[in-house]
Amino acid sequence: MSDQTVLEVEDVRTEFQTARGVVRAVDGVSLSLRAGETLGIVGESGSGKSVLGRTIMGLITTGHTTQVHGSVRIAGQDVHASSPKERRRLWGSEVAMVFQDPMTSLNPVKRVGTHITEALRLHLGLDKKAAAERAIDLLRQVGIPEPARRMSQFPHELSGGMRQRVVIAMALCCDPKLLIADEPTTALDVTVQKQILDLLTSLAESRQMATILISHDLGAVAGRTDRVQVMYAGRVVERSATGEVFEGPRHPYTEGLLASIPRLSDPPHTTLRAIVGSPPNMANPPDGCRFAPRCPYVQDRCRTEQPELLEIGVRRTSHVAACHYPLPDVDTAGDAAPPRAALAEEIS
Amino acid sequence: MAGSGTAHLRPEQAPVLTVDDMVVEFPVGRGQKVHAVSGLSLDLLAGETLGILGESGCGKSTAGRAVMQLPSPTSGRVRLGERELTGLTSRPLRKARSRMQMIMQDPTSSLNPRRKVKDLVTEGLAIWGFEGTKQEKEELVRETLSAVGLDPDVVWDRRPHELSGGQCQRVCIARALMMNPEVLICDEPVSALDVSVQAQILNLLERTKERYDLSMVFIAHDVSVVKNISDRVMVLYLGKTCEVIPSGRIDSDAAHPYTQMLLASIPGAGDRELSDSAAAVELPSPLDPPSGCRFRTRCPLATERCAAEEPELREVRPGQYVACHHPIIEE
Repeated sequence: MSDQTVLEVEDVRTEFQTARGVVRAVDGVSLSLRAGETLGIVGESGSGKSVLGRTIMGLITTGHTTQVHGSVRIAGQDVHASSPKERRRLWGSEVAMVFQDPMTSLNPVKRVGTHITEALRLHLGLDKKAAAERAIDLLRQVGIPEPARRMSQFPHELSGGMRQRVVIAMALCCDPKLLIADEPTTALDVTVQKQILDLLTSLAESRQMATILISHDLGAVAGRTDRVQVMYAGRVVERSATGEVFEGPRHPYTEGLLASIPRLSDPPHTTLRAIVGSPPNMANPPDGCRFAPRCPYVQDRCRTEQPELLEIGVRRTSHVAACHYPLPDVDTAGDAAPPRAALAEEIS
Repeated sequence: MAGSGTAHLRPEQAPVLTVDDMVVEFPVGRGQKVHAVSGLSLDLLAGETLGILGESGCGKSTAGRAVMQLPSPTSGRVRLGERELTGLTSRPLRKARSRMQMIMQDPTSSLNPRRKVKDLVTEGLAIWGFEGTKQEKEELVRETLSAVGLDPDVVWDRRPHELSGGQCQRVCIARALMMNPEVLICDEPVSALDVSVQAQILNLLERTKERYDLSMVFIAHDVSVVKNISDRVMVLYLGKTCEVIPSGRIDSDAAHPYTQMLLASIPGAGDRELSDSAAAVELPSPLDPPSGCRFRTRCPLATERCAAEEPELREVRPGQYVACHHPIIEE
């Protein structure tokens, strides 16, 4: 893995002017990503994960009802300080995005081949024949059988999984340094989901591409990403190596999220440990920690003082969490600490 | 592989719901038909939860709706207790149907956006009549709202757009409970919800079932969710039954290659290797389903026999029924 930083996000805040007031969908997020690294962003709907993805991409910029603060640099270029023309050059060649619904990302009246050759001819200046050859090769790489025949088909002739493969081929055609996949498998069938995720992972690895995988499905992110960032109400609550987050979450929200997923290994009718309540109204978020109203371990300080994202890791890898009272580390806690499940029940 | 048969039925235990050889077909013109459900049989005992599992297009939602006679199945019989539902005229059917209630996937679109929660929940009583005073009626509505975890004073005058997805799903559940049903059919009730809310609703359904003595049909595509809530799981593929298995054993004992494939496709299930070739083949067209076993085109174990002969459901272990010529059974 090279040490080249592909993406640098600094204190990004994305605000929307709405009828109910200013909604700060993303509230002070910083992150950086190196070539070949995969970051998973998880959170529930309304946590700001998709808005963050679009802000990084530069699809959301400051306008009449939108304000973007902070900076996003992709391969050294500031996305939000660039002109629309410069940004268009960035899209496709440096950064590409894969969206949730493959049908709406494809033009229904254009053939599959046209979708891919368009970018090749525009960005790389290939002629018609060379672009077509390259497109067939790309379709083969994303696992589409009979790529030459598929070139002349229309999107509606393909299944959902095949369409998403075409969208991925489109995203990859100019060898971007950064790929943002926003819920790439949510619209797909269970048996197809895993194939698409595996495809994305293997492509990112072979091309040394930095990848952001945005998903509400923790299972989709586990085991496929190097690091995971958990978001709640527009803020990052925890970020660390994927294994560490899943095996020993330090933020109560992450812990609650993991506990609320039914597990195949549990016997039927196991009562799930659901997080009580619902996410806050983003036009009027609570003071202090935004998770405080739902947190089983809440203290007085949490309701008034906003916790900062701080380094709490005890190992070599970085582990940051935004909590005044982070949960004990699994290894260092030892026998002295009460088991967490018991603690949670006591408090609730 | 998607076969038919009735070996898994338990008529001697007086099921509350029995479906016998149900077929649902939709004509699509040019003499062609979509074979959505082909010869499905199931039964539901009092207090039992039957999970129906399958990917999109397997006919699981159509099956749920056909049980409700929405629309009536093309052929086959549906019995609620002793009462035959198929072939009833509209008025007695409506009456009988009030004993079964349904909860749909998208809670916001199943509620009238212009009506208040109190009206939405009372609607069933308004239609079927309520013997009692106005106070008693309001009392009952408030009690039901509390039972689904909503504060009646807060939501009473609200409209669906003022509620979150999880709250709307709670209103839908309250609406269903008002009719005091015997059977609750839940069609993907949690797949539109966030994981933390999904857990709340699953816990709520479990509690409600106990409190109101319900029997439940739970339709979903997520194996872990289905296992969590069900007593018995039925796996469907292209309108046919693959396997019926007690839910506690689905992850360890599943014998049908398709059930195995579903288990292997759970993200993060690293230890089960999914044969890529099987999953990569697409679902065949329900207009012209494969001969013999319908799963054979994607099945890694398919042989000539699977093309020629349709497998029947048979008991492979106590309580576990599989429709497959080559079930995966490790002794």
